[in-house]
Amino acid sequence: MNSQETPAILDTESVAVSVDQYSFWYGDNLALSDVDLNIPSKQVTAFIGPSGCGKSTLLRSVNRMNDLIPGNRYAGDIAVGTQSVFSPKLDTTDLRRRIGMVFQQPNPFPKTIFDNVAYGPRLNGLCSPSEMVGRVERALRQAALWDEVKDRLDTFGTELSGGQQQRLCIARALANEPEILLLDEPCSALDPIATQRIEELLVQLKSTYTIVIVTHNLQQAARIADKTAFFYLGKLIEYDSSEVIFTSPLREDTEAYITGRFG
Amino acid sequence: MAVNNSRRRLVSNLMTGATLVAALLAVIPLFAILVHLIYKGASSIDLQFFIKNPAAPGALGGGVANAIMGSAIIVGATAGIALPIGVGAGVYLNEYGKGRFGWMVGFVADVMNGTPSIIVGVFVWTLLVRPMGHFSALAGSVALSILVIPMVTRTTEDMLALVPNSLREAALALGYSRARTSLTIVVRTAWPGITTGILVAIARVTGETAPLLFTALGNLNFKTDIMQPMQTLSLQVYVYATGPFPEWHRLAWGAALVLVMLVFVFGLVARFATKTKYHAR
Repeated sequence: MNSQETPAILDTESVAVSVDQYSFWYGDNLALSDVDLNIPSKQVTAFIGPSGCGKSTLLRSVNRMNDLIPGNRYAGDIAVGTQSVFSPKLDTTDLRRRIGMVFQQPNPFPKTIFDNVAYGPRLNGLCSPSEMVGRVERALRQAALWDEVKDRLDTFGTELSGGQQQRLCIARALANEPEILLLDEPCSALDPIATQRIEELLVQLKSTYTIVIVTHNLQQAARIADKTAFFYLGKLIEYDSSEVIFTSPLREDTEAYITGRFG
Repeated sequence: MAVNNSRRRLVSNLMTGATLVAALLAVIPLFAILVHLIYKGASSIDLQFFIKNPAAPGALGGGVANAIMGSAIIVGATAGIALPIGVGAGVYLNEYGKGRFGWMVGFVADVMNGTPSIIVGVFVWTLLVRPMGHFSALAGSVALSILVIPMVTRTTEDMLALVPNSLREAALALGYSRARTSLTIVVRTAWPGITTGILVAIARVTGETAPLLFTALGNLNFKTDIMQPMQTLSLQVYVYATGPFPEWHRLAWGAALVLVMLVFVFGLVARFATKTKYHAR
């Protein structure tokens, strides 16, 4: 192993998502332009940057959630593993099953806690009904929610506190056995204690999953991310190990942003 | 300042009083109808009333068994025809139909909501009764369906529009197709509201008379064949109330009371259906 090797260059085996010359338009508005980026597998990668810089757009492009927005257009390519997500042969429902997503606002279904978690595996036929109880418990344990809800799995997920709801949403994503977990500002609606719990959780989960997190909280990115990408005005400005980004960034814009001079 | 304040208070009290008077005026006619119906109709209602068919003209006694059965069959068939179409169209309009065609369907539904029911009756008469050569309960159900479909379409669409988009995204991100997301998450979440809309629509057409005069026609006998003319409570009220015999007028009040009670029950069920966990929050 050559320790001088720049972290941006990785073996193809360990690349979970590769973004190649990717641009995206909402109608006539260019939201992302010519982004090149490799997301390493089984690590935490953070996207940072001021609002409107395109980081959420990129995240939502990976599992093609942007398809739902009428009038969108893209150029370039994104590959998960070796397969392009834009390949006509690819089934978007299958792609989304393999990529879990957690949103900015907790969005549990108006169903019981159990049904919230069982919802994905049930559809995708991942296990028999008899195995479902075990799978739900495992997912809730992974999301560090089991001890708080094990006695009331039949109450509505919408009745939990905000932080619990967000962990329920993480459990719901994990129960689907994704390879990649995308999180779009998952802690922005949560208090510091709930935020800390989710951060600890993500660090634990990275041994099993590739994690990509969009965050406005720079300390959060510095604490949990192995690699950090800084976006500004639709461009990827700098992408490196979090240590480099937060201690000795190469680009002026990056330094200005992380030191709070704009954004 | 003091003058100004007391003046404000006076205006405020006057406005509050005015809305209270308006509320009373709105309720009084409904209450008066109910009291009057109970006063006039309750004495006619006994077991015989429910199990007997109408007696021969001028004879004493008789009941509305055939009309109750007919109302149940015709309204039941209406629900069978109209609810899948109405709910389906509402789902389409909110989940998919954002283009020109969707706009057109919504517009037509609005126009149909305002169409006088007697015109629907005449329309179904030319469409079904004349080609078939005879009146039928089925034609009555089709006429009522034409009234129910636009009501249910619009309420379904409105209720689905209230479901937050984040729930759709959550389901799609788990690998659900759009159709399954619509059915298992969006419609399920909006279901209490849709149920209310359905019950209100069904309650409204249960009392419809005009479109049935041209389609189901009415029948003095107990019939269950949907291809034959059939009596309903509303038609029975019409026949009894416009007839020449005091005995018929007595029975008309009884039938009217049963009809209003039925609609009342639909309304109550609709009220309770909305009080689920999700909507009560």
